[in-house]
Amino acid sequence: MRNKILLMICLLMIISLTPDITPKYYGFSDQVIQQGATGEDVIELQARLQYLGFYNGKIDGVFGWGTYWALRNFQYEFGLEIDGLGGQTTKQKLVAASNYDKGFVHEQIEKGNKFTHYGGKDLNQQKKESPPPTQDKDTQNNETNNQQTAPEKKQSEEQNTEDKKNQDPNQTAVNMPEGFSQNDLTLMANAVHGEARGESYEGKVAVAAVILNRVESATFPNTVSGVIFEPRAFTAVADGQIWLTPDESAKRAVLDAVNGWDPTGEAIYYFNPNTATSGWIWSRPQIKQIGKHVFCM
Amino acid sequence: MFRWISIILLSVGILAVAFWGYEEHQEKNAILIQAENNYQRSFHGLTYHVDLLHDKIGATLAMNSQQQLSPQLAEIWRLTSEAMNEVGQLPLALLPFNKTEEFLADMGDFSYQTAIRDLDSEPLSEKETKKLEKLYQSAGEIESELRKVQHLVLKDNLRWMDVQLAIANEDEQMDNTIIDGFKTVEKTVESFSEGSPHNSLTSISNNEDRYSFHNEPIIKKEEAEAISRNHFDINDSDEITLVTSGKGAQFPFYSASYHDEEKEGYLDISANGGHLLTLMINREIKEPKIGLNEAMNKASKYLENKKFPNMSVMESNQYDRIGVFHFVTQEDDKYIYPEAIQVKVALDNGEIIGVSAKDYYQNKKSRKEIKPAISLEEAQKKVNKNLDIKTNHLAIIDNQLGEEVFVYGFIGTLGDDTYKIFINAENGQEENVVKLKQSETKY
Repeated sequence: MRNKILLMICLLMIISLTPDITPKYYGFSDQVIQQGATGEDVIELQARLQYLGFYNGKIDGVFGWGTYWALRNFQYEFGLEIDGLGGQTTKQKLVAASNYDKGFVHEQIEKGNKFTHYGGKDLNQQKKESPPPTQDKDTQNNETNNQQTAPEKKQSEEQNTEDKKNQDPNQTAVNMPEGFSQNDLTLMANAVHGEARGESYEGKVAVAAVILNRVESATFPNTVSGVIFEPRAFTAVADGQIWLTPDESAKRAVLDAVNGWDPTGEAIYYFNPNTATSGWIWSRPQIKQIGKHVFCM
Repeated sequence: MFRWISIILLSVGILAVAFWGYEEHQEKNAILIQAENNYQRSFHGLTYHVDLLHDKIGATLAMNSQQQLSPQLAEIWRLTSEAMNEVGQLPLALLPFNKTEEFLADMGDFSYQTAIRDLDSEPLSEKETKKLEKLYQSAGEIESELRKVQHLVLKDNLRWMDVQLAIANEDEQMDNTIIDGFKTVEKTVESFSEGSPHNSLTSISNNEDRYSFHNEPIIKKEEAEAISRNHFDINDSDEITLVTSGKGAQFPFYSASYHDEEKEGYLDISANGGHLLTLMINREIKEPKIGLNEAMNKASKYLENKKFPNMSVMESNQYDRIGVFHFVTQEDDKYIYPEAIQVKVALDNGEIIGVSAKDYYQNKKSRKEIKPAISLEEAQKKVNKNLDIKTNHLAIIDNQLGEEVFVYGFIGTLGDDTYKIFINAENGQEENVVKLKQSETKY
């Protein structure tokens, strides 16, 4: 009996360890794919639309406007309801009408090659090898593998480190709020981390919001970098703490602030009442205190 | 023998250390001078531009022909932006120097608004000329004060690095010439700005009674707590902290927060009427289980339940494990862009983890029923011919002067890019053209 159980366990382990050799029958997951989505379903959608010649953009895994119009054209040509959504009927039609070479697409994406996925043409002629990738590319070859070995890492959204590549091996672009670049967000995350490391999540969003309120304000520089590097504006800049590596919550806080969250009530100054050196700052009308920081107009 | 060796070794050591120390000192000085020079350049640039600004405003006042006026105002606008840039580079952020900055901002807004206007059909009004005169006078005073400081700086070789230090330890007597000089400048402008209330564009405050709830009754602390619990979706037994806003707030509000093992929540509700302004839930978000579409439906449901009527999605974005949705009010066939709410949904279980409704209340009001004065076809003719128009809708937007206008919105493509174009539905003017950008290559 015990042997049997052991055997079962061994078998199970072998099965779970065996790499996927059976060819996959590709198909979307159940979700209705809509504009703004990211991930594998979007890659498949873009590749299939490109196969049929509707989509000429890059297969990057982000459902942007280009994908949206391509999908609508497809829906129009195939007599479907034109809603720009990847619903069940649309997906079925798409799968029936096109081929999707997942292996090829993923390989190209991982290698960072330029490629297209048009139907009726040899795929191998549709790729352009990119120069040898910088060391952090292609560390990861299998998503499921990654899930088991590094669940911790999955949580991190580090942009510059390898984690990012691990986490989303098959998406080469990201959504960005209007008017901001990834670099702006990284710079802000640096500032927030330096200024509000020990603070609660709200305290971090608040500091990021103050930076943005200053950008909006007439009396401060009009760019994120201008505000952050304004002399004597932030102590973290003056003492170099801005160059510490920001943690995850600083990044999320910045994203929230950029997307419109402002827990400060539109404050443009804040200070730590225990360490504030300038008497003037006390004369500003105060709005509220979050953690150690008092936010004011 | 041993003594000699150690003496020699020690003296060599001392010499080496002295040399090293000297090198370090030189290096430090070089860097200090570099920093100092940057400050000096900004300061002298500032005085130069204020000089120029003063002259140009004076010339504008004397001008009569409208053809000359526009370029002149554009030039003033450029100069103010340069001057502002330089002020931003001086180590004065914690000094009360914002009045001067506000003057520059004022000047910039004024010159921009008048420069882009068709001055032939709408020349400078009496009021605007008055304002320009005031600005001229003020620029003159700032100019002379700055020159005084500049003179002292040059005469006594004053260094900005000392200002840095002086500001840093304010306990000491502040007899720094530069700081005193700037305080005088500030006072001068202050006396000016009291006389002329600057327009609402220059400062982000001053819009208190624009909030739709400003004449609703103030709720009690207990009520606020109950409302907060309801928004957090927690029991009476869970502990929450509730504080009221300080006097600097644009309007009174309550801030509530709570913590448990898994998550922390924060929210603000208005004291008038107890409306939800912002909500943030912070927790670890697991592997996405639901798609963006499902999340959107949850967000819509949520807004419905929270009594935000007729909200429709303008934009949806997935950021890794969260979905962010931008809702605006839809009134019949019109989208009211200023009445906007952001909702954030966790894609692991569909929980609502963020709401931001401040814009909504700031712009919420009952609007008059309006019908477009020009037809869709007429409006469409005003759009660039090269644009392939895909969809259209009616909308109310804030134009570049911050006024609400009634427009046709067109979404179309030009090459690989998608644009949104707003044509005024009353006079056919092109109000705004926005390039819609959504994704960025991952680096």
